[in-house]
Amino acid sequence: MSAVPKPLRCLALLAAVCTLLVLSGCRGVQSVLDPAADQAQAIDHVWWVMVSVCSVLYLAVLVALAWALLRARRRREALAEGTRHDPAWRQALVAWSILVVGLLTWFVVIAFLADQKLHAGHPDLEVRITAKQWWWQVEYLSDDPQQQFVTANELWLPRDRTARIELRSGDVIHSFWVPALTGKEDLIPGYTNALLVTPRRAGAYRGQCGEFCGLQHAHMALDVHVVDDAQFAAWQQRQRLPAPVPSTALAQHGQSVFMGSACLSCHAVRGTVAGSRLGPDLTHLASRRSLAAGALPMQREALDQWLRDPQHYKPGNLMPAVPLSERDRAALADYLMGLQ
Amino acid sequence: MSSHCRIERLLGVLLLFAVAGCERERREYHAAPAGDNPRPALTEFQPGGSDTAVSAIGAHFEANAYHINQGGRWYRSFNCNGCHGNGGGAIGPALMDEQWRYGGNIDQIHASIIDGRPNGMPAWRQRLTDEQAWQLAAYVRALAGNVSMAAAPSRREAINATPPLNQLPPQPPRGGDPPTVPTP
Repeated sequence: MSAVPKPLRCLALLAAVCTLLVLSGCRGVQSVLDPAADQAQAIDHVWWVMVSVCSVLYLAVLVALAWALLRARRRREALAEGTRHDPAWRQALVAWSILVVGLLTWFVVIAFLADQKLHAGHPDLEVRITAKQWWWQVEYLSDDPQQQFVTANELWLPRDRTARIELRSGDVIHSFWVPALTGKEDLIPGYTNALLVTPRRAGAYRGQCGEFCGLQHAHMALDVHVVDDAQFAAWQQRQRLPAPVPSTALAQHGQSVFMGSACLSCHAVRGTVAGSRLGPDLTHLASRRSLAAGALPMQREALDQWLRDPQHYKPGNLMPAVPLSERDRAALADYLMGLQ
Repeated sequence: MSSHCRIERLLGVLLLFAVAGCERERREYHAAPAGDNPRPALTEFQPGGSDTAVSAIGAHFEANAYHINQGGRWYRSFNCNGCHGNGGGAIGPALMDEQWRYGGNIDQIHASIIDGRPNGMPAWRQRLTDEQAWQLAAYVRALAGNVSMAAAPSRREAINATPPLNQLPPQPPRGGDPPTVPTP
């Protein structure tokens, strides 16, 4: 071991640590390499085939190169160009070329088959996602208008069911990307895209806008929950209900603050007079996991800070700071936290 | 003095001008105007009042490209074009001409937005924040071409449904009239 110089040993250690850190990123709620849906599985398959084949070929080329260099050092005379007319070498080169072309063709075929898989299937439910700067509007569509509802920044999907997700944009180009479930698909203004998702494993996943869409592009996350049929039905049932009526005196005051200020110019709370579609629907705000498209956790303290100055956490977003007294803001936070 | 040195000086001056232009682009996210808003008094003879002096707040908002652009956004979001069209007017008066019933400087326009005006203009007090009302007023000033050329944006935020008409690919009616424009 002492034969290896110290700087080299340090470098090897550093490389090992870095590799481990990078590999640790392959698990988790936002990973392409941890597929939880048929579509992500198909993409994952193509990825693994390409990475393993290309790695083997790359190593083979490097070994051949090292071998050639070492040989050339021993045999100076071989540097003279075009000296070799060995038929065995020519055959080897032809075989190598055939191998490379064959592998590339194989890649094309498996990529084509994976693409077919991404678009195959019959949807069991339809969801329309409209991306806006910088949040996601999520509408559950149905032929029966009473079954439709709108929510924001949160997508719930039943396990083992195929959902067709219709993608639109409200302003600029965004990209819908839930790495654990499927590949990216752009949301383009004036144009409707769609993709299919068939989740196979329950859990919470994270989606992220995949196309730079402005200053707060990084703060444009989507919480995805995959649950079983019964849980999904219960969630849908709850989301369809109008907003709960505030029970405490403070929350009731908060509701009157909401209805008497600039809040209702942009937000909807179903079951009240607030019905604007400009900002996220707040009917069941407190039932969500996060605030402001994943920028803040859903806690009363964070909500209070957000109401005090939304431009502090997401500079440039369209929510202005509404000037309110401390008491009014506390009441408003109470009211909003009651919107379960 | 060599011409080389003169060119350097010229470049230096140009750079200074360019830096001065940065103010136009400043994105003020915390632009809640400080102090009281100007309230231009209405008179019987001239509803907009006769003084044309503009408050410091107003001058600040109409000199900034970001505020004007945001104003355009609110203009569409809050359905101003429902009555005023895209500035040309319909149910409400036109905003891109030189006639103003209640005064056409930014303070007066801001007051019209906040307080509302007879015969249809609703009061937006409490429905908009003050900052939004100022941004809207700045945009309305821009609609009539009354803001500085340096602050007015050169392109629209809204999506165009088609390319410019002179850039559309020719689609002559099939089996009908021959195209009037000979294909190049």
